[in-house]
Amino acid sequence: MSQSNIPLSHLRALYAMMCRIRAFEDAAEIASKGGVAAFGQAAGSTAHVRGPLHLSTGQEAVPAGVCAHLRPADYMTSTHRGHGHTLAKGADLAGMMHELFGKATGFCGGRGGSMHIADFSVGMLGANGVVAAGIPIAVGAAQSIKIRASHGNPDAIAVTFFGDGAINRGPFAESLNWAAAFKLPLLFVCEDNQWSATTKTGAMSAGEGAAARARAHGLVAETVDGNDVGAVSETARALIADIRQGKGPALLHARTYRFKGHVSVDPAAYRDPKELEAALEHDPLVLAARKLIQLGINVADVDSIMQAAREEVAAAVASADGAAWPDDAAAFTEIQSMGAGQWL
Amino acid sequence: MAVMTYAAAAASALNDAMRADPAIVALGEDLGRGGIFGQYAGLLAAFGPERVIDTPISEATIVGAAVGMALTGLKPVVEMRVIDFALCAMDEIVNQAAKNRFMFGGQGRVPAVIRMPIGVWTSSAAQHSQSLESWFAHVPGLVVLAPATPQDNHALLKAAIACGDPVAYFEHKELWPLQGEVDADQRTEIGKAAIRRVGSDITIVSWSKAVHWSLEAAEALAAEGIQAEMIDLRTIWPWDRDAVFASAAKTGHVLIAHEAVQAAGFGAEIAATLAEAGNAKLARLGAKRAPVGYAPNLEAAVRVTPAVIAAKARALLGR
Repeated sequence: MSQSNIPLSHLRALYAMMCRIRAFEDAAEIASKGGVAAFGQAAGSTAHVRGPLHLSTGQEAVPAGVCAHLRPADYMTSTHRGHGHTLAKGADLAGMMHELFGKATGFCGGRGGSMHIADFSVGMLGANGVVAAGIPIAVGAAQSIKIRASHGNPDAIAVTFFGDGAINRGPFAESLNWAAAFKLPLLFVCEDNQWSATTKTGAMSAGEGAAARARAHGLVAETVDGNDVGAVSETARALIADIRQGKGPALLHARTYRFKGHVSVDPAAYRDPKELEAALEHDPLVLAARKLIQLGINVADVDSIMQAAREEVAAAVASADGAAWPDDAAAFTEIQSMGAGQWL
Repeated sequence: MAVMTYAAAAASALNDAMRADPAIVALGEDLGRGGIFGQYAGLLAAFGPERVIDTPISEATIVGAAVGMALTGLKPVVEMRVIDFALCAMDEIVNQAAKNRFMFGGQGRVPAVIRMPIGVWTSSAAQHSQSLESWFAHVPGLVVLAPATPQDNHALLKAAIACGDPVAYFEHKELWPLQGEVDADQRTEIGKAAIRRVGSDITIVSWSKAVHWSLEAAEALAAEGIQAEMIDLRTIWPWDRDAVFASAAKTGHVLIAHEAVQAAGFGAEIAATLAEAGNAKLARLGAKRAPVGYAPNLEAAVRVTPAVIAAKARALLGR
């Protein structure tokens, strides 16, 4: 499998980000065992990460490659499978793990969890529990950049990540049209892991998919091997450069694969094991590591990148485990200003 | 002090607000032509297409984009044309706008005003005539407002834009041409009801168009020697319990009257709250649980008219 030719230092940085995402997802998965009751699994009391946990394991090259070209002033919206996007946008890893654990020290003070992970301070405007719901929010952020152009960052952009399942919801079609009609600085990224929850997307989607639908609305659209981080990065770089220059919205269709089930407790018994075996041969981390070695980095150095990521995550897990729960009073704060206290 | 219509009062308030704060934008269908009821008249010429945004017919994205704008420093005023169309944007209103502040731990605010005109309106039938304000009162995070007069439409719209919360803002389509005096400097506080008529025998609580019909009913009752106190709630959430409870303590009888369907209408919430306090005889009055029909007589059959309100008041008083 060929990797695009990108500078070694850049590939190394991308690999390091992918390792952080992989390590984060692996640790979150372990911490979620015995969590939410679904897929025949009973809920236990031992899980540190309760509630639905949607893992992006296997999809790391997409956020790493795209977000390498983003700045803090750029906005992002994400999905229920949003840990990778959030990390790659620059959010603090420990703050994220604390939020998954439901602790007061998490990004949302324990109010949001995995599905509402966010770090507004780096422009990450939220994961979302509703498929496709982040897309119109990014449209608004992009329009806001245009409206407020005189106030600071005229070449900022917005990026919205969504899955292949989302292209069958109305807000995707509305937003493609809207973004093109207003020529907004917005990059749509369809992170195509081939599964809509527990059903194959291809089995219920007409036409040629996300890129074709975008082109039908007049957008530039590129399809890329979403497990080739160099290719994702190079393609995103070009699209983002054009968007910054005011050429209007574009769509990046990144074909990847979800190694895990829909949620962490889902063993994905509904899929052919051969499909996963084939996908694992095309693990984006393995491909990138191989390329780094080809380019002259020794194996021990490559391993040390993953080792460092695992250590960072282990420290985050330990600190999240020891952190305090939110005060009970937090159930009734940050709701609204008018009528605050009138909760009955 | 100027005399203007309920629609013109809204346009005037928005004009004042947009002039004072460049972060305020308006978006929705047909705003370039002043909105389908003229409630945005003159704003495009005054502020240009970047701030008075004509949108595609894409309700979900209109509200979703407003959330994105609000999170990034703007204060959007969103037009849904009629509340019936806002049902295409319920995820964006209920899951995205209302819950954003809480679920992200207070990182963001959604200072968006979502205007959703309600009410029966000249044979507009089942999909253009609904009054669904109670749905939104059920959702934590939202402020719910329903002005009944030009003065309140001016002052409450300004208050809604300034309050910093997402606001479900309900204007009544039959009130657009209503004329009234408007003092542009007068403030109406969110959460404060208005006592439209003072009386001692019975309290009638209402909002929006039904305020006017309740006042007509009160006049009819007065001719019979019954003095009704009429409270215009104005704010559905957070509603003015102090005003309602004070009046209930005085009259001992409370009738809540609204145009929305009675079953699970907001009148039920007020009645239940009063019932728990146990200090008044209660009745509530809303439309029968039927879609609004097209033919004039079918439409009239579900309306809460002055005669219907007065009859209910008499029954409550045992007269």
